[in-house]
Amino acid sequence: MNLRTFLLGTCSAVALSGLAQAETLTIATVNNGDMIRMQKLTDDFTSKNPDITLEWVTLEENVLRQRVTTDIATKGGQYDIMTIGTYEVPIWAKQGWLLPLDNLGAGYDVDDLLPAIRSGLTIDDKLYAAPFYGESSMVMYRKDLFEKAGLTMPDAPTWDFIADAARKITDKNAEVYGICLRGKAGWGENMAFLTATANAFGARWFDENWKPQFDQPEWKNALDFYVKLMNDAGPPGASSNGFNENLSLFQTGKCGMWIDATVAASFVTNPKESTVADKVGFALAPDTGLGKRGNWLWAWNLAIPAGSQKVAAAEKFIAWATGKDYLKLVADKEGWANVPPGTRTSLYANPEYQKAAPFAKMTLDSINAADPKNPSVKPVPYVGVQFVAIPEFQGLGTAVGQQFSAALAGQMSVDDALASAQKLTEREMTKAGYIK
Amino acid sequence: MARNVSTRRKIVVTVVAWTIGILIFFPILWTFLTSFKTEAEAIASPPSLFFFDWTTENYHEVQSRSNYFLHFMNSVVVSFGSTLIGLIIAIPSAWAMAFSPTKRTKDVLMWMLSTKMMPSVGVLVPMYLLFRNTGLLDTRTGLVIVLTLINLPIIIWMLYTYFKEIPGEILEAARMDGASLSKEIIYVLTPMAIPGIASTLLLNIILAWNEAFWTLNLSAAKAAPLTAFIASYSSPEGLFYAKLSAASTMAIAPILILGWFSQKQLVRGLTFGAVK
Repeated sequence: MNLRTFLLGTCSAVALSGLAQAETLTIATVNNGDMIRMQKLTDDFTSKNPDITLEWVTLEENVLRQRVTTDIATKGGQYDIMTIGTYEVPIWAKQGWLLPLDNLGAGYDVDDLLPAIRSGLTIDDKLYAAPFYGESSMVMYRKDLFEKAGLTMPDAPTWDFIADAARKITDKNAEVYGICLRGKAGWGENMAFLTATANAFGARWFDENWKPQFDQPEWKNALDFYVKLMNDAGPPGASSNGFNENLSLFQTGKCGMWIDATVAASFVTNPKESTVADKVGFALAPDTGLGKRGNWLWAWNLAIPAGSQKVAAAEKFIAWATGKDYLKLVADKEGWANVPPGTRTSLYANPEYQKAAPFAKMTLDSINAADPKNPSVKPVPYVGVQFVAIPEFQGLGTAVGQQFSAALAGQMSVDDALASAQKLTEREMTKAGYIK
Repeated sequence: MARNVSTRRKIVVTVVAWTIGILIFFPILWTFLTSFKTEAEAIASPPSLFFFDWTTENYHEVQSRSNYFLHFMNSVVVSFGSTLIGLIIAIPSAWAMAFSPTKRTKDVLMWMLSTKMMPSVGVLVPMYLLFRNTGLLDTRTGLVIVLTLINLPIIIWMLYTYFKEIPGEILEAARMDGASLSKEIIYVLTPMAIPGIASTLLLNIILAWNEAFWTLNLSAAKAAPLTAFIASYSSPEGLFYAKLSAASTMAIAPILILGWFSQKQLVRGLTFGAVK
């Protein structure tokens, strides 16, 4: 055997062993019920794709956001698939940080994705992330307390009705509060709720020239209404309540109503966790008759970072995890009530799902009623219902959220909070070059 | 002669000490108790302290969902590795500054401490790029290096203070007897400073064990220590307090036990000078 044959043989052997070796996908994900369930069901994927192994990095939402943002901005290449929110997708796609998902396979049926969710993930007619689960916000209320007070919740209530009902239900001696709303400062906490609610009051973050609008009467109406309502009918210390705190209050029977993410419906109706599981009713997020409802739109999505070396395998996994067959797999193993909601039209047409999830119709109606490209009554230059999809929003939203949280806590007046929000937003937007 | 301490004073001091002790320990006890509750009991109000249906379900769930042993080993390697390397570098430097001070020694010490004053997130991107270019992302080696560097100022400061209390004459005597520099450090200085070195070692292992910024940001799947393990059970959307408590208990148990066993050494090192 001469040297050339030997070298050729060695090279082919190395190449072959490389081919036979399993490809490992590292997936960064958030810690929520649906994602954890997916991790448990991945045997189905790996048995169909024995050449792919999966490695999970599960982190708390805020840690994950910081972690994946650092990695993608520096092209660190630590992850082959990232779980990102509707806020990040348009910003990252415009930066060229994500790969368009062109090859999800013939059976994927991209047209089955809910139009509202899909539009938030599509930039220049290309889908940049596949939704794993979607959510909106809605009213969850205690049917027993409403009955006792002689009230009937309409399917599509107005804010006036909600405020009136909240004040009637409140019985502070018995520690029952008419309404629980977010008050904890943060762009994803109180500002998600307040931005969406302000839309229903006709307020918007910016006009078409990116001029902040906190000095307009619509914002004053919205914030005044919120602060007064919470003072009259909200729980004590509401300025430090976020999703989890309100969930805990509602589950222990202390709230008459709670307006928050639709994903909460499965928690509050779960008899293992909730003391009021059989007494919960649902309604659309309220409006003020101006044509917009205060319901938001959010989805957790799977995306592939640009520069990834394992695109084909990653696309295979995304097609599996966000495809129709996955919904059926979850239903077979864990029941229809546990299927990740809010991504596919076909799921809501399925009678078995409708039977198992009493909140299905309300979730679908809420998602469909949200329009990220026209979130408010007046036109806006940005995309996003409960956020503004610009990189500056995380910092801005939290800073404004602190002012509004202080107004709720009574540390400053509504007027002062709005003036200070206007000033700091103007300053930041000028610095960032939006206002010339 | 022993000081005369009245019984009343003794009782007061004991009660105060116990109250403070229990107050400080209470969050850990609460976490421990919550880890044996169901999720519904974990948020119940008013909460029950001991009288609930004790369950180990959360521990089973945590075990089945995460590879605890991998995270545990990463924590051990990273915290012990970084502390040992830190000591190897710090002992000679603290020796030099304690026994051969120059005009600029104080400035050097202050400069070292000043590196701790900068918020870590300020250098996240440059560090991340350095790690990416050197292939150190998500490796134990990378984490050992970064934790060594961030804890080094504290190690040097602590050792410097202990060494300062050792009379220079003892080292001089050793030198007169013909001890070389390395022998002087290894056979004379180190044994005398053992309590100080031990408490520095323990404190830095604890600091490295609990370090959550760099260990979370520079690791992914392979080198993630127990801090990442805890972060995978905290959720802003969903109440998983019982599971989070179980994960936290599992993460702090090893270091807590180490702390209990070495308590005597730790307190002695922190409260007494080296040769008193």
